[in-house]
Amino acid sequence: MALDDIYKEVILDHYKNPRNKRDLPGAERSCSRNNPLCGDEITVFVHEEGGKIAEVSFVGQGCSISQSSASMMTEAVTGRSVEETRRLIGDFRGMMAGEVDPDEDELGDLVALKGVVKYPIRIKCAVLAWDVLQEALEGSDGEAAGAAPH
Amino acid sequence: MSLTKERKGSLDVARVRADFPILARTVGDAPLVYLDSAATSQKPRQVIDAESEFYANHNANAHRGLYMLAEEATEMYEEARAKLARFIGTDDPATIVFTRGTTESTNLVAYAWARRFLKEGDEILLSDMEHHSNIVPWQLAARDTGAVLRYLPLTDDGLLDLSDLGSLLTTRTKLLAVTGMSNSLGTLPPLGQLTDAAHAVGALVLVDGAQLVPHVPVNVTELDCDFLTVSGHKMLGPTASGGLYGKHEILEEMDAFLGGGHMIDEVFHDHSTWNVVPYKFEAGTMNIAQEVGLGAAIDYLEALGMDAVRAHEEEITAYAIDRLLDAGATVFGPKDVSVRGGAVSFWYKQIHPHDLATILNEEGIAIRAGHHCNQLVMRRYGVPATARASFYVYNTNGEVDALVAALAKAEGVFGL
Repeated sequence: MALDDIYKEVILDHYKNPRNKRDLPGAERSCSRNNPLCGDEITVFVHEEGGKIAEVSFVGQGCSISQSSASMMTEAVTGRSVEETRRLIGDFRGMMAGEVDPDEDELGDLVALKGVVKYPIRIKCAVLAWDVLQEALEGSDGEAAGAAPH
Repeated sequence: MSLTKERKGSLDVARVRADFPILARTVGDAPLVYLDSAATSQKPRQVIDAESEFYANHNANAHRGLYMLAEEATEMYEEARAKLARFIGTDDPATIVFTRGTTESTNLVAYAWARRFLKEGDEILLSDMEHHSNIVPWQLAARDTGAVLRYLPLTDDGLLDLSDLGSLLTTRTKLLAVTGMSNSLGTLPPLGQLTDAAHAVGALVLVDGAQLVPHVPVNVTELDCDFLTVSGHKMLGPTASGGLYGKHEILEEMDAFLGGGHMIDEVFHDHSTWNVVPYKFEAGTMNIAQEVGLGAAIDYLEALGMDAVRAHEEEITAYAIDRLLDAGATVFGPKDVSVRGGAVSFWYKQIHPHDLATILNEEGIAIRAGHHCNQLVMRRYGVPATARASFYVYNTNGEVDALVAALAKAEGVFGL
């Protein structure tokens, strides 16, 4: 194992300069979750327009892996349809489970997180924001918009 | 590594280290530097052998069979009880209930004492530095009884803030449940003062001994606490070993805890009567081999001498705090080693504790990162988590140096 596998430049860049890390007033969907193991917490906000994710942002605190993953996620899903986003969530989870070889065209910068697979205990850090995004989106199918933080 | 200055009663750490097989292993190419004894201690060969020897030559159920093996197993199990009693300063082995550790011990008191005796409006006084295992069992008991929980706050320095003790500890207080040593801040609360104050208002005192008993000489008779919980695996013993000390007359008054074999005297269709203390609380086949292993751990610690153990840890903790502060780390909890033990929580230059733990692991260094089951403490000091290095009999100042050197490497990775 080498630290270069996990602390890649792109990850550290997103950690130090997180994209879309802000509150999103007017977001129809949001969801909060914490990782009870480590105390990390994250809230994801989603603003939809015409079936597409027009804007997505996050707030919270956590390690470089959870924060950079959240930052890259916001860039990756902006402009995608909800359905495409669900597929991307599945692809990302597949990569982090070590089951799927990542499609670089699809995942872009997110491929940098593949090295985390070698550190099993950190995988949940990388996946946390994606779990929260999925929960926020699932709120859109049935229950009232703006799933309550829990 | 050997100590250059041999003091009277000091540990020969090189000899101690030779007794711990795991300390010879490597992590990748690096030698293991184990700095997580507050989570669980490593085990000396003597403990591993004792448990193995029990299974190899004496295994039978205790307090049941009428054959030689069963007698040997029973004798070894009860000998371990007598050792634990002596180790914490009581000559009455019946005051020791064997359990899987502090969590089970605290729950035992929360069920068999609190649910039997507490009523609406009664109060349980805890502190903001308690481990979740000394909070949640009382929340559950309070929910069932209508009792109310109160908390002693903390000072900025990580000590218990006793300025409002008079209003928090009153005749409504039926129990003070407080840690003997904080697992995140290292703080040693003034147990004598607290016990006297609690008894003065008629409250019982439970001391969470998870971190205290492995590291500091304890005498329940002098301290006069009513309960003390003991974790075996944090004091060189096997996992799932440990116990609860309770004053004999209080254990007598308590309800049973788990129902099952051996905890009964007679069983009828509609009720049962209980076995004598401590067997009233030991239902089913117990953790016999593990408690025998704990007995060997106690032998080991007594051979080192608990005063020497404490002196060694004061020295290494003082050294670690100095080095961490010099390196620019933020250290939580008191800095004066006379009021603290060797669990040292810190933040290093904005590097999240999880990232720090991953980078340190590359150097073979095992530290804990997280909230340490101390979410009230994390909230009090405004951090989601801390990094924690904790020390025991086998740790050296050289390992502290390795930790500090690895912090510089982490800084490099993050380009700070």
